[in-house]
Amino acid sequence: MQRHFVQELEMLKTNLVKMASFAEQAIADSIAALLERRKDIAEQVIARDKRINSLEIQIDDAVVDLLALQQPVATDLRFILAALKINNDLERIGDHAVNIAESALQCAKLPSGTPLTNIPEMAEITKKMLRDAIDGFIHSNAGLGRAVLKGDDTIDDLNKKIVNDLVAVIRNEPNSIDEALDLIRVSRNLERVADLATNIAEEVIFMAEARVVKHHVEESPLSQ
Amino acid sequence: MEHDSVGVSRTQLHHAIAKPKMSAQDINAYFGKVQALKDVTTDIPANRVVAIIGPSGCGKSTFLRTLNRMHEVAGGSITGKVLLDGEDIYKSDAVLVRRRVGMVFQKPNPFPTMSIFDNVAVGLRLNGNNSRKEIAEIVERSLRQAALWDEVKDSLGKSGASISGGQQQRLCIARTLAVNPEVVLMDEPASALDPISTAKIEELIFELKKDYTIVIVTHNMQQAARVSDRTAFFYLGELIEYDETKSMFTTPAKKQTEDYITGRFG
Repeated sequence: MQRHFVQELEMLKTNLVKMASFAEQAIADSIAALLERRKDIAEQVIARDKRINSLEIQIDDAVVDLLALQQPVATDLRFILAALKINNDLERIGDHAVNIAESALQCAKLPSGTPLTNIPEMAEITKKMLRDAIDGFIHSNAGLGRAVLKGDDTIDDLNKKIVNDLVAVIRNEPNSIDEALDLIRVSRNLERVADLATNIAEEVIFMAEARVVKHHVEESPLSQ
Repeated sequence: MEHDSVGVSRTQLHHAIAKPKMSAQDINAYFGKVQALKDVTTDIPANRVVAIIGPSGCGKSTFLRTLNRMHEVAGGSITGKVLLDGEDIYKSDAVLVRRRVGMVFQKPNPFPTMSIFDNVAVGLRLNGNNSRKEIAEIVERSLRQAALWDEVKDSLGKSGASISGGQQQRLCIARTLAVNPEVVLMDEPASALDPISTAKIEELIFELKKDYTIVIVTHNMQQAARVSDRTAFFYLGELIEYDETKSMFTTPAKKQTEDYITGRFG
């Protein structure tokens, strides 16, 4: 006889995977809208954010039910706590996709010409980090989670470089200020998405190994 | 179709609440001059699990026993009505009522001199069923429903007292189910059992609600939260709050309920 509690956990996981796929798709589409100057795709990303928001509420509700009614412990408790945080991270990622899509809409109105600098490269790395964090969650794989953590410094460096390059563009080409500012906004949103992917990866490690790695707590004497 | 957390569709839920399987109306129950229940009015929806919680002496077991006229067997008296499918059980034959509203008690009580098979078959035979084939079929079906068949199918001739406490309790549930009740009352069915047996009984309750309406009295609030769809909180003989279990355990409406379920009582 399978415990119906286990079925409810499976249902929670299925919904979270669905939420992750929505968020991942939103980021991929918002970047495609920017690079291909496609207003229609950008508008789709903005319109579809509603389904991410509604799923977030549904998942929050399921977590409250499980905590209040099932008294989860050990692996189950860690999974549910991680699910609650990942749910929130994914919803934020959806919001950043909307921000990028809004910038894509602005850029599409302007004559092209401002260099994208390293944004395509940054977008690829961010998407991979998000993909790995989600895969790590699906397979409860702490190794994938650790790989994601390593990518965060690269993204921070790229963000700084992109901002510096675009500030230089603005100095040299004052006419490109509007598009350059939107591209800086895109870079900052991608940097936040990578941070959130890192948060998800930290939760994956907590879920799989019961180790707290956020804020470098393992390196502090308290964790000894 | 939209489903709630326990897998019952909202449409079924609304239907069930619209047509209660049982209704208690203005129940006052007494032991001599001592009043054990005060003006209790409530509905029990079909194919749902209703848990009754409350501190010792609050009247929860008394209320359970008013639902199949066992309160009068225990020497009590009652005013008010208890309806089963709209008919007052106190104006019906008590034996017939108890056939439709079965009961499982706190301590497993198999008949020790009877085999496992006969423990389940006894009610059928008392009801006049003499078909060996039919009895064998019903015994197997009941033991399967009670999630005990796989464990005892090769030892049906052994004494009902020879199996573990948890198995004995499931045997008692099978015995109750064999006579095809519509409602099953359970008075602390897992309180004498170890955690593994308790988990089996809880899963069983979850499965059984597909076919039966279940009312369970439990001291264990966590158990009420895990197994029930609706929860009733009794205190000093009064029904203080009765709501969806999820609401009761997340946003109780009454302070007394909140204090009890959070352990701040008194």
